[in-house]
Amino acid sequence: MRSVLYLLTTLLVMGMAFWAYRENYSTQAALTDMVKVQREIAALREDLGVRRAEWAYLNRPERLRELVNLNFEKLKLVPFNAEQFVDVRQVAFPLPKAPPAADPAGLPDGVPVERPAGFPPLRPQERTP
Amino acid sequence: MIRTPLRPLARILRAREKGENPDAIEAENRAQRHAVIQDGARSRAEGRLFILALAFVGAFGVVGLRMGALAATQPSEPQMQVTGAQIISQRADITDRHGRVLATNLLTHSLYAHPRQMVDPNGAAEKLAAIFPDLKVDRLKEDFSGKRSFLWIKKKISPEQMQAVHDIGEPGLLFGPREMRLYPNGRIASHILGGSTFGKEDVASAEVVGVAGVEKAFDRWLRDPANDGAPLTLSLDLTVQSAMEEVLSNGMKVMNAKGATGIVMEVHTGEIVAMASLPDFDPNDRPRPLLKGDPSDSPLFNRAVQGQYELGSTFKIFPVAQAIDLKLVSPTTMINANAPLRIGKYLINEFRNHNYGTLTVTDIIVKSSNVGTVRVAQILGADRQKDFLEKLGFFEPTTVELSEGPTGKPLVPRRWPAVTSATVAFGHGLAASPLHLASAYATVANGGKRVKPTLVHDRNRREGEQILSAEAARTAVQLLRQVVVRGSGRSANVEGYEVAGKTGTADKPRPTGGYYGNKVVSTFSSVFPASDPKYVVVVSLDEPTSVKGGGESRTAGMTAAPVAGEVIRRVAPLLGLRPLTDQPLPVVERPLVDGLKLVSN
Repeated sequence: MRSVLYLLTTLLVMGMAFWAYRENYSTQAALTDMVKVQREIAALREDLGVRRAEWAYLNRPERLRELVNLNFEKLKLVPFNAEQFVDVRQVAFPLPKAPPAADPAGLPDGVPVERPAGFPPLRPQERTP
Repeated sequence: MIRTPLRPLARILRAREKGENPDAIEAENRAQRHAVIQDGARSRAEGRLFILALAFVGAFGVVGLRMGALAATQPSEPQMQVTGAQIISQRADITDRHGRVLATNLLTHSLYAHPRQMVDPNGAAEKLAAIFPDLKVDRLKEDFSGKRSFLWIKKKISPEQMQAVHDIGEPGLLFGPREMRLYPNGRIASHILGGSTFGKEDVASAEVVGVAGVEKAFDRWLRDPANDGAPLTLSLDLTVQSAMEEVLSNGMKVMNAKGATGIVMEVHTGEIVAMASLPDFDPNDRPRPLLKGDPSDSPLFNRAVQGQYELGSTFKIFPVAQAIDLKLVSPTTMINANAPLRIGKYLINEFRNHNYGTLTVTDIIVKSSNVGTVRVAQILGADRQKDFLEKLGFFEPTTVELSEGPTGKPLVPRRWPAVTSATVAFGHGLAASPLHLASAYATVANGGKRVKPTLVHDRNRREGEQILSAEAARTAVQLLRQVVVRGSGRSANVEGYEVAGKTGTADKPRPTGGYYGNKVVSTFSSVFPASDPKYVVVVSLDEPTSVKGGGESRTAGMTAAPVAGEVIRRVAPLLGLRPLTDQPLPVVERPLVDGLKLVSN
């Protein structure tokens, strides 16, 4: 009886020792991993900072203005002005797709209309103050 | 102590005589000896047990304390050793109100040399001079072969230059990491951002210190690690700022002005949406301050905050608004404005020696009558006028968060006799910065509640004190609206935005005393939209001349007002303000094909 108890205790101690050994090494591995991840975070943050700086530099108003002037013929961009505020009702909606045969109005395709017929009536949220 | 023998002879003999067993004596003595030995052993064992108990108490105590400490403290990431890599950069970014970057950091390297470790000092000097054209070969050779053991060569170098220096292969040339402050937008908002420089320098790092503007005013905050890298959000809007700077610089060219200032401010919060002073500079490459001459000639001079100008007729609205508030006059009260008006030995004249006769209070503002305003100020009295201007903030520097802020102290006359009271009423004799004027106009437009200018977005602030009744403030804004509808500010009118403002042309004072005859500061101070004021725009031009239709004009109505109008035309849509139109445009609905009408509720 006593020898069985001794055997069991010894096995238990050996098992515990093995477990502690593994825990120790996995902790150390986790710590090294963490240091690595922290370095990576620092490097990524630095990269991010550089990207943000570059983004801000490429989007600086002076450069955008130059680009607008260079591409004026293609894009025809002019400064935003007060006439560009319009009611939603005045925005040209695309024509709803109708079957080609049933088009008694005879309008050519793709003609924008102020508010196409058959479009649901104005909802309150479409009306801007 | 004398050791007792086991068999003492005397007792043995006596026992033998009596016929007793002498072995009993020996046994007795042996027992005594054993008792002594046992006593000693017990006390030693007790001592050992005590020490063992102490050791256990100590060990468990340490475990218990550690557990307590772990339970009571904040959990933190375990670290084997302090890593060199800093996760958050040492100085926070500065952004505008929409989070667009105005100032950020960039990691670069500095270049330094240890001449004693050099293999080929002369060759290194020649190759370095080839990479950096601004370095002198002779100087470098002298430094490298002299007695010095350390020297800085360049504070900031680009990655390409760093690679080129690497390629020299000289072991005595070394690099140190540097965080460089970068202002990606160049000259935009340069006076607000200020600039920065290196403070204490070391091989491994260098601290970045703000030298002017927001960078200096918030230096502690920007460097505080407790903010966790959160950026400083300014109230500026980059788009608005850039549009305004463009318009201002064009206006400055057209009007041949020496300098220009523009401020766009939110009426209700006092947040500065855009503020510019021209000429400006590039904060990435901040010029040196002028050592001699007038500091206001330097591009570093912030006219909007530091510049103290007599702001002319833009001041006229203040005595009139106060008089309306105190119910001394109403907009229709007739005032005798016969020019010239004599106060003591001084004569007060109108612009170009006009004589308007008798005017209503509205027309005094619309026609910008000096004499009429003086009459209103006389009704008020000097004390009340002074008190009101003080409440508007014209007597102390503005509270704006710039390092230059406290230097912008208005030049206020020390004594306040009748003639000073009269000239201050139409904006001469009291010099204040355009920012003072903007916050005073914002106060009037904010229903009379005091507005203090600020550059920080969304900060909790107390509501300002009421220094003018809401009704009088509304009337004052309507008077200003009349100036733009039919007065001197007509060229600032922008369809749909109900601009209300006042022009001001002030002669520039000579440094030697008196005024220049042909140099003016023309200002246009405005509020829009008049029905519900949202923004204040102040535009000020230094020494403008407008050449239009053959004649030459320096009045604000011909110079500052059109520029201000253009600023509002460009900036108001960017601020998201819809133009107010009297009638909504008609909506055309095509009838349905089948003649039915769609109806819903």
